[in-house]
Amino acid sequence: MKKLINGADAVVTDALRGLAAAHPGLRVDAGNRIVVRAGGPRPGKVGLVSGGGSGHEPLHAGFVGYGMLDAACPGEIFTSPVPDQVVEASTAVHGGAGVLHVVKNYTGDVLNFRMAAELCAEEGVEVASVLVDDDVAVRDSLYTAGRRGTGATVFVEKIAGALAEAGAPLAEVARVAREVNDRSRSFGVALSACTTPAAGKPTFELSEAEVELGIGIHGEPGRTRDTMRDARELTGVAIDAIHEDMPLSGDVLVMVNGMGGTPLIELYVAYAEVAGHLADRGARAARSLVGNYVTSLDMQGFSVTVCRLTDELTRLWDAPVETPALRWGR
Amino acid sequence: MGAEVGAEVLTPAFFGAWIEEAARSVRAERDELTRLDAAIGDADHGTNLDRGFTEAVRALGERCPATPGAVLVLVGSTLIRKVGGASGPLYGTAFREAGKALGDAPAVSAADLAAALTAGVAGVRRLGSAAEGDKTMVDALAPAAGALAEAVREGRGLDDALGAASAAAAAGAAATIPMPARKGRASYLGPRSVGHQDPGATSAALILRALHTVAARW
Repeated sequence: MKKLINGADAVVTDALRGLAAAHPGLRVDAGNRIVVRAGGPRPGKVGLVSGGGSGHEPLHAGFVGYGMLDAACPGEIFTSPVPDQVVEASTAVHGGAGVLHVVKNYTGDVLNFRMAAELCAEEGVEVASVLVDDDVAVRDSLYTAGRRGTGATVFVEKIAGALAEAGAPLAEVARVAREVNDRSRSFGVALSACTTPAAGKPTFELSEAEVELGIGIHGEPGRTRDTMRDARELTGVAIDAIHEDMPLSGDVLVMVNGMGGTPLIELYVAYAEVAGHLADRGARAARSLVGNYVTSLDMQGFSVTVCRLTDELTRLWDAPVETPALRWGR
Repeated sequence: MGAEVGAEVLTPAFFGAWIEEAARSVRAERDELTRLDAAIGDADHGTNLDRGFTEAVRALGERCPATPGAVLVLVGSTLIRKVGGASGPLYGTAFREAGKALGDAPAVSAADLAAALTAGVAGVRRLGSAAEGDKTMVDALAPAAGALAEAVREGRGLDDALGAASAAAAAGAAATIPMPARKGRASYLGPRSVGHQDPGATSAALILRALHTVAARW
């Protein structure tokens, strides 16, 4: 497998150097692996910190900036960051109003952010945490680690970020972040596996005639393997899975997200079908996002995330944002 | 070899040698651990542990603490700081809790080590909320701690006792093959995780095998 890299061990650091060079509005510490908004902590503003394994770009560092995250902590490829990173990022953005950690529900992320939150408390930084667990492909039961955090992370970071930018207190920012997660669901489909730089070969094999349904974002296989079908049917599987878990109606925010290796033209093909499926179920795609936002390296495939909007959530979604990967209204 | 279970012969140098041997084993088995993780996880267990143990050996080389307890606490803290993922906090906690259980003694016995291993496993269970049968590192660690405690009660020698612990860990890791995973990333696969050996249980068995290797020549 060919990769545009200098070496498997240097990928994360090299990419952060590139991020720094391309975006002067970010303060990037490639050595300690922390990306912070330039200009230092904003007095009285709640700091928003997220992080997770690398390989999902633009998540999370691409969402650092006005109206969204104050800092991101990228781990190794598909590996959560370590507590030291999260503590350093949290103290760097703490403007006296506390810090919200946005944590995707994976065992590693949960454990490392929990340890970081304890260390932050010892340093006098008040931390609240919101757990994102929107993936309906995983049953939340005693027999799993709970639902995975996937596409809804973008919605949580954008909407909570807008509220924090408006000067809301920590408890309010945390409340709206949890509300977005509660009202959001995702489902993903892979047409091919991804290849991590360290492994050099795909994490699983799919033939031309097969797809994986209910995939996560780490190249892990999905819940079931099924036959390849056209975009209308595959998006129907995703919308059905979401609708079964959270009946869809009214205005929704919908993201058709590419997994990294699917061309934008195919994502628009998928979006046309998704909008149709939503209309068939009595929901209206009032706001949308089509593109690569929560990727899995070079995996071919897509995920659909739907959030049932309220007037408050719509207003916060529409609020200005200026980050490397999302920017409007400013 | 043949040391009495109550004899306090296990010095900081012994624990340092263990971590060096564990680092060698993890390096040698890195690709195999990653291969196991690719089947039911995310294909990084070998590289992450290799990075962590390499850093632990480096940390001990810079400043080897004066007590076995402090050696293990330093190893645990280094793993937490350098590994990431779930295995960093879990292994880190295992070593830190084991180290704390050893207290301030300048040298410890096999009986002390048995108590420390039990404390380390308890820490992992607490942090990960995992029980035996969940297809995690606990499936290797818990039987090993049990076997070591039993060997100590029976008054067996150090080499023999750690051999029993290592064998129990290996058997525990192999026993994860038919289990469906209930914790961690493999649990997302549900029944599809059956038929694969758990990478965390496999690395736990490697680390305990390294302990026996070092004890056999001590």
